[in-house]
Amino acid sequence: MSLALRDDLATVRVLWWRDLLRFLRQPTRLVGALAQPVVFWLLIGGGMDSTFRYGAAPDVGYMQYFYPGIVVMMVLFASIFGTITVIEDRHAGFLQSVLVGPGSRAAVVVGKSLGVGSVGLVQAAAFLCLAPFAGFTYGQIDWLTLAVFLVTGALALSAFGFALAWLTDSSQAYHAVMSIVLLPGWVLSGAMFPPSDDHPVLQSLMRGNPMSYLVSGVRGALHPTGATTHHLAGSTAGDLAALVAFAVFSVGVSTYAIYRKR
Amino acid sequence: MPAEPAVPLLEVRGLSVEFKKRRVLEDVSFALQPGEIFGLLGPNGSGKSTTFHVLTGVLRPRAGEVRFEGQPVVPGARVLRRQLGVVFQAASVDINLTCRENLRLAARLHRVPGAEVEGRIRDLLALADLTDRADDRVKTLSGGMKRRLELARSLIHRPRLLILDEPTVGLDEVSFDRTWQRLAELRAREGTTLLLTTHRPEEAARCDRLALLDQGRIIAVDTPANLQARVSGDVVTLHGERPDELAEVVRERFAQEVRRLDDGISLVVERGHEWIPRLVEAFPSGRLTAVNMHRPSLADVFLKLTGHTLFDVSPPA
Repeated sequence: MSLALRDDLATVRVLWWRDLLRFLRQPTRLVGALAQPVVFWLLIGGGMDSTFRYGAAPDVGYMQYFYPGIVVMMVLFASIFGTITVIEDRHAGFLQSVLVGPGSRAAVVVGKSLGVGSVGLVQAAAFLCLAPFAGFTYGQIDWLTLAVFLVTGALALSAFGFALAWLTDSSQAYHAVMSIVLLPGWVLSGAMFPPSDDHPVLQSLMRGNPMSYLVSGVRGALHPTGATTHHLAGSTAGDLAALVAFAVFSVGVSTYAIYRKR
Repeated sequence: MPAEPAVPLLEVRGLSVEFKKRRVLEDVSFALQPGEIFGLLGPNGSGKSTTFHVLTGVLRPRAGEVRFEGQPVVPGARVLRRQLGVVFQAASVDINLTCRENLRLAARLHRVPGAEVEGRIRDLLALADLTDRADDRVKTLSGGMKRRLELARSLIHRPRLLILDEPTVGLDEVSFDRTWQRLAELRAREGTTLLLTTHRPEEAARCDRLALLDQGRIIAVDTPANLQARVSGDVVTLHGERPDELAEVVRERFAQEVRRLDDGISLVVERGHEWIPRLVEAFPSGRLTAVNMHRPSLADVFLKLTGHTLFDVSPPA
């Protein structure tokens, strides 16, 4: 292995482990990260349960429909809150010392994205313990597919968040993008309601939204034989291909940003 | 200072940097001999930090050349970064982790061999007087302790060249002395070459050689003693309220060039001790709150060579 590659792997490992270590060091963060989605799920899910009717599967309540969306929301929120710290960290924090260390800047992107993504995955995994309460049975869940989608999605969203943090270089600007792009993006991902032929504009927006393929894949893996499973790209492989494309795009933009703008 | 070998450890030639079309560094050149302590002295905005950022790869220069041990390298290139230890002005340790965890992460980042890591951490914690705080989170440490940890972190991989950006800013006198003791020990023990930026004359005086940096240009490069020899005479400082009025009186009566300070004035004269009684008698009793005299400091040298002060407040006597 070349020296440069070893330096890069060391940089990736350090950034990855550092984010996990920080997360494990703050038990309140873990509790908060779990409590918020549970509250969301119970309040919105419970409130909508009596009025929501899913045409394709009338026996699926909103609590069950909404559950995969919450899993994706956890990964999204973890990536937002994990990458917004990049803004300060690169000028007055740990990231400074990594940037002048022997690793390449691409390794910084990958390491940070893996670290932030892993924090999201830990949270999502904890929330998945509640799957039976949403009507999913552990035995029926396609865990492998679920893991592939969540890992790819977490990496893609974290790298996307990294690019935003690096390019905006301001917490206010990042918050603005979060409010007008990321959060509406999640709402329009199929997390809260399915695409409908009655609303062609919304439907096209949902089809163009990379997060939709993550939600679609997660939903399919949680309920492989269920009637709610409607793969946006036609199949699991199609959803995954769209998600991988998004991940490649995000890592690419982040890497471009970190080399271009210092 | 060590004898000058043929090849400097680091050589910077003709470095120029533009930031938003404004020239912040212009044709900056200097060379560091192995094992020397080299200071970049200048006020805020003189280009010290820009030079620091170029060498660490954070900023790209518009023009210029950097050589490490005689070999040309791109500023901030990996080959240079491997040899560098960097102490930033702002914290670069993770305050939510412990001292030991931070040092361990730094050791992994620089691929310190596994068998050496714990020993190195022990030594550096001792160097930083943090042995008994090793497993405390950084956020519970005092400001001075954090600065010491920063230094320890930058040394984990035994860098050939240590670059420090204002290493003692915000430290009290005792911590300042201890920091310099540590840097001197480090140089003696490991032969590390040090490049530091500073605006403190008392810090600059501890360097082997200095480059005076003003408005992005190097004005002079020499030893502190040689630089100080460029200003002859004594600096007499008169403290009192309304410094403008004090200055006017001295100019009118003694036809001397006067420098205005926040809380008084200062002037450079030959045989300062003979001037003090005459100056004091020129003012009514109680008008002056303090009078003192000192040999010209590097701040006075800087003022003479550049026409600019190193800082906005009056220098220590």
